[in-house]
Amino acid sequence: MSTLAEPHLEPQETTIVPPSGWFALDLAPTWEYRQLLFFLTWRDLKVRYKQTALGAGWAILQPLLATIIFTVFFGRVAHLSSEGVPYVIFAFAGTLPWTYFANAMTNGSNSLVAAASMITKVYFPRMALPISAVFGCAVDFLCAAVLLIPLMAWYGEAPTWRLLALPAFFLLATGAALGMALFLSALNVSYRDVKYVIPFLTQMWMFATPVVYSAANLKQPWRTLYGLNPMVGVVEGFRWAIIGTGPAPGLTTLASVGTTVVLLIGGAAYLRHVDQSMADVI
Amino acid sequence: MSQYAIKVSDLSKRYIIGNTTSSYGTLAETIVSVVKTRGSRPERREMWAVRDVSFEIPPGETVGFIGRNGAGKSTILKILSRITKPTSGEASLRGRVGALLEVGTGFHGELTGRENVYMNGALLGLTRSEIDARFDDIVAFAEVEEFLDTPVKRYSSGMMVRLAFSVAAHLEPEILLVDEVLAVGDLAFQRKCLGKITEVASAGRTVLFVSHNMAIIQALCTRGIYLNHGGVHTDGPIDHAVGAYLRSLEQQSEALDLSLRTDRRGLGEIRVSEIAIRSPSDASGTLTTGRPAEFVFKLTGVMNAITITFVIYDQLGHPVTKVSSAQPAPQDIWEAQDEPHFECLVEALAIVPGRYRLDYTLSSGVGDQDHLEGAAYFDVVEGIVGGRPVSMGEWGGDLVLTTRWRGPTAGVS
Repeated sequence: MSTLAEPHLEPQETTIVPPSGWFALDLAPTWEYRQLLFFLTWRDLKVRYKQTALGAGWAILQPLLATIIFTVFFGRVAHLSSEGVPYVIFAFAGTLPWTYFANAMTNGSNSLVAAASMITKVYFPRMALPISAVFGCAVDFLCAAVLLIPLMAWYGEAPTWRLLALPAFFLLATGAALGMALFLSALNVSYRDVKYVIPFLTQMWMFATPVVYSAANLKQPWRTLYGLNPMVGVVEGFRWAIIGTGPAPGLTTLASVGTTVVLLIGGAAYLRHVDQSMADVI
Repeated sequence: MSQYAIKVSDLSKRYIIGNTTSSYGTLAETIVSVVKTRGSRPERREMWAVRDVSFEIPPGETVGFIGRNGAGKSTILKILSRITKPTSGEASLRGRVGALLEVGTGFHGELTGRENVYMNGALLGLTRSEIDARFDDIVAFAEVEEFLDTPVKRYSSGMMVRLAFSVAAHLEPEILLVDEVLAVGDLAFQRKCLGKITEVASAGRTVLFVSHNMAIIQALCTRGIYLNHGGVHTDGPIDHAVGAYLRSLEQQSEALDLSLRTDRRGLGEIRVSEIAIRSPSDASGTLTTGRPAEFVFKLTGVMNAITITFVIYDQLGHPVTKVSSAQPAPQDIWEAQDEPHFECLVEALAIVPGRYRLDYTLSSGVGDQDHLEGAAYFDVVEGIVGGRPVSMGEWGGDLVLTTRWRGPTAGVS
């Protein structure tokens, strides 16, 4: 027998009806299961770094190694412009959010298919899976972001008040990654092609984003149009906040925010649509 | 207004079975099929897993769902637990719903027992404080205190099942849906689980229970719903429903009419007219792992040197074993019969529980006379081989060996 003093609530009534085409986002169940989000995120992290020799060190190494490679090839060999700051810190300010975005999109996209056995056996808001996958990568990002401190100290970049804007750009990157993850994970349920498309998508997207190069000289209206790639707003925002290069956030950033909102709403709506038959298809 | 815990009206669920082998497509397949559809309709078969099912369950009633595999029992539970959506109809549930459709869903081998309890609890809809409050009960019930901080990949399967059941059993929902989960674990623990379910039921909660074990169903439930081909066949007092089910099973195992089959191959001078697959030791005819089974093939006639060979396939279509009368042995009995038939007694059906298909080939000296694929389907339920309970073969193939161990420590189960 339970000794719990359970609050006596009105009996909740659940009505189960057939699927009805596209319908409202209905985010309430996901909110109700927010603790599941926490546990899923934590499980992702724990399982990811278990039985790896370096553990969470990989979270730091990934953007660091990318930065070193980019510095050697694009900075030293190809002599790409870094807007007057050391190429290392220029590249790190780009690879830090980019690694986060790319990993979050990739892990998020596989999250539903990887949990197929759970989806067919137990009810829970499916949206929790891509969301928690993105959150797990966000924790990695926070670990890697700590590297900023020694890097900025070494290259004598004094922190400014602009650094306070960093969380906002982090949120923007999270939104963009989540929007893509929601959409691609749902698409992956019916079309396993997604798995093969993602590496190419990530690679092309990186070249379309000023991670290794500077897009500061781009003229209007192309600048704003370029901002429709949400990662343009993110990477330029990171550079501006960390080292003060490039244009201050403006129309380009707004365009990125706009795309991100569209991605989030569209991704969530598509996932909810797929959700209706997910357990039968996956 | 009537008081109900669960009300189901005209519930139907249709599955589309395409002729592609995979259930999910690739983009290319979809494009190809869209292009093809312009000319002709693609070959798709519909299957109604549940058709026009209606019932109402008052709060506090314990209801058993019975029927053959594929009768729609599990689909109804999946709809009620919101895993899948119905194709038409409606269901209403009053109160918090807890579903235990498969033990151990969401368990991760790398996480410790303690971590999995929290993870699993959250998955089943408990909040952290609710899990905290139940934690000691859950662990005590599962009897895994010493192993709480060991990754569950090091657990024996018995320990894993106990912990998983324990989490779900402590959900304390107003409506509990249980699907054939008690088949796992040893007998002592099965009894403990049953006790827990009885406790839940007597606390005034509504329980929906699916099992192939009629003894458990009859002990636990007051009302039975016998489903057949997706529809309600009998809905009434549990003994009534179980009786109806067992009678239909007998009829089924007595005769499988093969005369309507047009997909036979072979010379056709003599044929198999009827196949019966039954258990000689069980009145209901239900085949049980580790128990004897009898395969009877009635023939339309006799010829010189006829032999019969049948192959059993599992649900994945993998052959399990080939059985043939072509190689005689001393224990065989060959004699003249009034009604010619081959009778094959399997002393112990050492295959895991599940659904199987049977193909046969009837041959005479001049060649194959009659060959039929998918001639019969039969279900095998959980049983015991060599003193060890055998449950659904999720990981390890179809065969069960009788074994004797010697080693430093006994397993915990």
